[in-house]
Amino acid sequence: MALHDDTGIGGPGGGQFPTTHASAILAARSEDRAVAARSFGALVQAYWKPIYKYVRIRWRKGNEEAKDLTQAFFTGAMERGLFQRFDPAKARFRTYLRTCLDGFLGHEAEAASRQKRGGGVELVPLDFEAAEAELAGEGSAAEALSPDRYFEQEWARALFQLAVEALRARLEADGKAVHYALFEAYDLCEGERPPTYGVLAERHGLPVTTVTNHLALARRELRALVLEKLRELTASEEEYQGEARLLLGAR
Amino acid sequence: MRALGDAALARLRAGVDEPDLSGTRYRLVRPIGRGGMGAVYLVEDLELQREVALKVLAQAGDEALAERLRREARVLAKLEHPSIVPVHDVGSLPDGRAYYAMKYVRGERLDEWLAAGRPRAEALRLFQRIAEAVAFAHAAGVVHRDLKPQNVMVGPFGEALVLDWGLAKEVGPALSNAPASPLETGAGVVLGTPAFMAPEQARGEPTDERTDVYALGAMLYFLLSGRAPHQGATPAEALRSALRADPPEPGPAPRPLSSILRKAMSREQADRYQRVGDMAADIAAFLDGLRVSAHRETLVERAARWFSRYQALAVLLLAYLAMRALIALAVRK
Repeated sequence: MALHDDTGIGGPGGGQFPTTHASAILAARSEDRAVAARSFGALVQAYWKPIYKYVRIRWRKGNEEAKDLTQAFFTGAMERGLFQRFDPAKARFRTYLRTCLDGFLGHEAEAASRQKRGGGVELVPLDFEAAEAELAGEGSAAEALSPDRYFEQEWARALFQLAVEALRARLEADGKAVHYALFEAYDLCEGERPPTYGVLAERHGLPVTTVTNHLALARRELRALVLEKLRELTASEEEYQGEARLLLGAR
Repeated sequence: MRALGDAALARLRAGVDEPDLSGTRYRLVRPIGRGGMGAVYLVEDLELQREVALKVLAQAGDEALAERLRREARVLAKLEHPSIVPVHDVGSLPDGRAYYAMKYVRGERLDEWLAAGRPRAEALRLFQRIAEAVAFAHAAGVVHRDLKPQNVMVGPFGEALVLDWGLAKEVGPALSNAPASPLETGAGVVLGTPAFMAPEQARGEPTDERTDVYALGAMLYFLLSGRAPHQGATPAEALRSALRADPPEPGPAPRPLSSILRKAMSREQADRYQRVGDMAADIAAFLDGLRVSAHRETLVERAARWFSRYQALAVLLLAYLAMRALIALAVRK
């Protein structure tokens, strides 16, 4: 089984948002196979990395086995209509997915893995090397988190990663590469202290007020992109509001 | 693009939630609170060079919520009172989120202020000022509907400020010709804080000034006992308590004060004080050693109150009577 061409996931060029902002969870139930497949792809795009990392860290699987299990989980999810059976009145989609994943890993992983090896199921390639590189950078702190907290953190990381990639594409398409360069230097700085606005202004030959305004625009766009993506990854207004509160600094 | 590390992710999560103040007269200082609708930030007003509080919606695009925030700002603007936080400005930020600016209140929340162990008379005098502010709002046709210690700030000079008018409802003849208020909620909708909520509000029934009377009674209960009248492990449990049962006794308290509490927290609206001003007057009477309208006092209580209020006069009178008795004895000898 191969996913629809529109379901490109992971790897270079995989960060585009679908044009719709409607719930992909609801759209995955569509009778229209193309719509359902595209929505399924959007969900895989957002969730494959948290799932892969969760399998690696919380279930202590080797990277090869974790790759197989991640692909087998999504294959099984599509075949058995896992996303379609989600009831937003009972849980958040993220929680539902992790519960399904735990069940899959606990009871069905071996059989699914055998089936995958025997059946030759092929999913669109995922960038597991990038996920491995991220895991190497996380160190042992991740293991101290509860399974729920770890999955939530990796989900947030994946969602922001997608939003940042979309931000870069949008700003560059609008001729605002400098905006993104400033945003990357300041907001994406991995150190405790990013360069000051003054340093950035000098580096780019801009007044400090322009740096301030460029960064404000980039953050405004990012916020909108994060919320658009969140709208797509939730099934009800209540779930959307709850996840937005959790995601956007509500701790 | 390289992967997002923990430091960048934390910065993005915090930064993306911050209000976009570019091109406005405000500069962000820090967040100071968060509620259901959005968050409150301490900002610097660059024009007037002072700190103000900015209440900002969590997101743009929800016009009903934005109108509700603007309506809250207009309600506050109407209520010019020393114990009601004044609003300075209202508008939309560059990111589309609605906001209003208000006075930044320095001080402690009432529950924190009480936790320091205040003398009862001092706490009651503060409570009286809160009640007077609520009575003023009622006179202007506004019911608060979410009165609780967490929504009252005590300033450095002992002043009380009633905050968070987000659930306020406009009522009364002053507004009878006004269009339907978006602040109003439909029948069956429960909004507020169950721990301090009147039964009719918990049932989602119509609310009025007497709903605030009950909540003030619940605050008086908190003041006397240090705990909320309706408790539960979850808000739903507290709501069930508000619906079903009278709260337990708050502990030892002078009987007139207990009578004020019982009257304010009556389950039936008709049995409560009909106006907050009457409740405030009873609190003032208690503090001044006068008769409390909600309490039917015994002869002994009346005598004790009289002696307590007029101690000096009572001593003089007793001394005078004793002297008269001694003189009478001396004359007889």
